[in-house]
Amino acid sequence: MKPDVILRIEGVSRIFPGVSGRQPVRALEQTDLTIGRNEFITILGPSGCGKSTLLRIVAGLDMPSTGRVVLDKKAITGPGPDRGMVFQSYTLFPWLNVAENIAFGLRERGIAKDQSNSIVSEYINKVGLRGFENHLPKQLSGGMQQRTAIARALANNPEILLLDEPFGALDNQTRGLMQELLLGIWESERKTVIFVTHDIEEAIFMATRVIVMTARPGKIKADIQIDLPYPRHYTVKTAPEFSTLKARLTEEIRAEAVLAAQA
Amino acid sequence: MAFFRPLEPVSPQARILLGISFFVLFFALWALATLGGYVSKTFLADPLTMVQDGWQLLTKFGFAHDIAMTVWRVLGGFIVAGLIGVPIGILMGAYKPVEAFLEPFVSFARYLPASAFVPLLILWAGIGETQKLLVIFIGSFFQIILIISVSVANTRRDLVEAAYTLGSSNTGVVLRVLIPANAPDIAETLRLVLGWSWTYVIVAELIGSSSGIGHMIIESQALLATGQIIFGIIVIGIIGLISDLGFKLINRHYFSWRLA
Repeated sequence: MKPDVILRIEGVSRIFPGVSGRQPVRALEQTDLTIGRNEFITILGPSGCGKSTLLRIVAGLDMPSTGRVVLDKKAITGPGPDRGMVFQSYTLFPWLNVAENIAFGLRERGIAKDQSNSIVSEYINKVGLRGFENHLPKQLSGGMQQRTAIARALANNPEILLLDEPFGALDNQTRGLMQELLLGIWESERKTVIFVTHDIEEAIFMATRVIVMTARPGKIKADIQIDLPYPRHYTVKTAPEFSTLKARLTEEIRAEAVLAAQA
Repeated sequence: MAFFRPLEPVSPQARILLGISFFVLFFALWALATLGGYVSKTFLADPLTMVQDGWQLLTKFGFAHDIAMTVWRVLGGFIVAGLIGVPIGILMGAYKPVEAFLEPFVSFARYLPASAFVPLLILWAGIGETQKLLVIFIGSFFQIILIISVSVANTRRDLVEAAYTLGSSNTGVVLRVLIPANAPDIAETLRLVLGWSWTYVIVAELIGSSSGIGHMIIESQALLATGQIIFGIIVIGIIGLISDLGFKLINRHYFSWRLA
């Protein structure tokens, strides 16, 4: 089924040491996960389930307490341009305009100016920001900022794209459009994507596979293949198969949310 | 009563008008106290005498040279302090071992009163220009380091993390994230510290100096020329205002991304 494995998460756990004499916090139980090339994985869980921690470990921004993450047979030791990341908070560099933000990684990697310009131009088109190249981040809406952030991560041509609740702060309509945009890019570029979210509909709509995580300490509870055909149109959200999946995931998540609320 | 609602903005015209009217009020009260005979002329000159004395200073006693000397000293000492202090501040903010190494000493040194160094500096460097520059340097150097290191250390972590995921090296993060992100704060710090330097230069010039605004002030004291003293003080105020305005214009031009 998955002949080409791109990422292996092997026995990864994360314990945050207790601050000022308090108990250490087990954010993530030992977790194993194998991700195939070109998969679109969404990691779904209530807040505080360690899903962001897991993503940050894959990004190399956090180190696991046990285990390791292997990307293309290389163990991850720190952050790098082979794993593009889009954060929940708006992390465009406020002193750079849209085009300069997208070119940031290319410049850091010493890509020649004319080649960089053509890559930037290509991604500005893909995320629909033509005409906004010279705008500063503060002049953009939240959705446009996140589109720029996606373009900035993709311009580096990463092996894998990591997104940490990137649309969490957007209004519902914008969020829907952003999901379609990201899905469209994935369908045409066939990148491997790991997308963290707490929104069930969002998780099903885009994913080839939904990973459901439990409340703290975080652990994988379910691994569900989503067999809805691509290209997916937003109307799929009202299809009966979609509703069945949604009902099932709602049950899985609800139990966890209740536990999380009691903790 | 929209006028007195808390945090309610005022129109630009009203702002300028209100700002000017306080100056007018200030001078009016001063004129009333002196010209009205409530305060002895020996202790406080009236505004008209002040203007007259000032005109005399500029036309007959070469006060313009004194002003130029003072400005030169402040800028000289301040620029040297900035050229050395800004990079050290950035390194201290960026690298925790550097911070651990230097921070305790810099925190201590910044409380050493620059003016108290004047006698010592005269012994070391004589009463020439070096001594004046050193007073300004000591007064501003440690402040610059400390304030800048704090702003660099408080750079948004998510911007730094974003840079790493885009392939930045450690040096790349310092040069292309920490420095541009803090450039407006660095400029603001320099503006603030330059303001303090004007105080130090006068202290340096009060003792063992043969030129400068501070020198003129101490000479005028011997002559009981309060009009000249006040004129000297006001000149410093005006120069400070101009340098402040210059900094603000530069900031607005280069750091417009920071403005809302």
